[in-house]
Amino acid sequence: MRLHLKVWRQRDADDRGAMASYDVDDASPDMSFLELLDVLNEKLTVEGEEPVAFDHDCREGICGACSMVIDGQPHGPEKATTTCQLHMRHFSDGDTITVEPFRAGAFPVVKDLVVDRGAFDRIIAAGGYISAPTGSAPDAHAVPVPKDQADRAFTAAACIGCGACVAACPNGSASLFLGAKITHLGELPQGQPERNSRVLAMVDEHDAAGFGGCTNTGECAVACPKEIPLDVISQLNRDYLAARKARRRSA
Amino acid sequence: MVLKYVMAASGAAMLLYLVLHMVGNLKIFFGADALDSYSAWLRTLLEPAVPYAGVLWAIRVLLTVALVAHVGSAIVLARRARAARPVRYVHRQPVEGSYAARTMRWGGVIILLFVVYHVLDLTTGTLNPNGVHGEVHANVVADFDPSRWYVTLFYTLAVLTVGFHVRHGMWSGLQTFGRSNALTQRALKTFAFVFAAVLVVGFLSVPFAATFGLV
Repeated sequence: MRLHLKVWRQRDADDRGAMASYDVDDASPDMSFLELLDVLNEKLTVEGEEPVAFDHDCREGICGACSMVIDGQPHGPEKATTTCQLHMRHFSDGDTITVEPFRAGAFPVVKDLVVDRGAFDRIIAAGGYISAPTGSAPDAHAVPVPKDQADRAFTAAACIGCGACVAACPNGSASLFLGAKITHLGELPQGQPERNSRVLAMVDEHDAAGFGGCTNTGECAVACPKEIPLDVISQLNRDYLAARKARRRSA
Repeated sequence: MVLKYVMAASGAAMLLYLVLHMVGNLKIFFGADALDSYSAWLRTLLEPAVPYAGVLWAIRVLLTVALVAHVGSAIVLARRARAARPVRYVHRQPVEGSYAARTMRWGGVIILLFVVYHVLDLTTGTLNPNGVHGEVHANVVADFDPSRWYVTLFYTLAVLTVGFHVRHGMWSGLQTFGRSNALTQRALKTFAFVFAAVLVVGFLSVPFAATFGLV
């Protein structure tokens, strides 16, 4: 396959950056999109040019490291697919493909297609966890969890924190990510003691990081490679409202 | 995050008013007297416990508060959204978001401009060709006279914009209050669509009836 790539090149965080055009003449339909970039980078290296920097890790769709907008869609046009699992057979010979980094003020570009998603780590650090007491681990089935709640928690827990929801959102909001964490922990008995403080702290951190507000357009749920459903945002909103009320009662 | 609840609550208040407004409008189909006496009744409502037009003014004040809260929050949230993506995409087309969702902000501006015109037209009568206070039926008929087709056209566009705004706004507000889940999501969206469609038909029936001489 012969492909034309338009790739965002940016030397460092302070560089303005611009799109650059490259041709890859020997792409295989069986390659993943990241392997296509590997081939491009080999070519650039041989030609003495700086290779395109991009994030990647597991290359099997479960780590959330790859982060690029391909042809205007985070992780490319295939549904429920990360960039590393997007194969070139979904493109046609002679296609022109644009590749850009995830765009958000809270995700500053480090270099080329690499963005700093530390804002997500700070949101998790604000409350996206369960404080575990020390001592021996409790028996696995000591606390029963109803099946439908376990299912919903599991669906939300599939979030790999890649940030595609932010990249897709017209408002640059991380509400789907937030909602996934809130639903994941809020559906389980272990998450109850910190349920209120969690949502308040995580929303505060989300807003402070410079993410926008949700307008329920639904772009995030379509872009999500793990198909996190939009209703986790409803859960987030409901929990936030309940937590504000509870805080007022205890104040 | 709090501003989203302000958006939803103020939107809900204005939505409630729209329903009452539409029901009131439809009195035109019961004749000129029905409409004019309804308008007079709005002013004598709860008299003498409250002064003349007291209820009406209370509603007007509440609506203004809701409007200021709604527009104010929208401006802050829109600026925040803009700041959240300082560098735009070179190539990005929306996949999921409906036309209604994408036009909430500019549609809102169009609706605001329409409301200003609408108040000057049929509340104060300043821009109305008849413009006599209390002659509601005569004002409406004169307003949507076939020779003033451009006014009818403007009203039609404005009401359609309101329809789009309500269609996304109602669903979005329900989601903001956490009233949607995987099971009810589709039903709520359908409900918002039907609600918006009923509002559009209800509101448009009056100017069209006047233009075609049915009332």
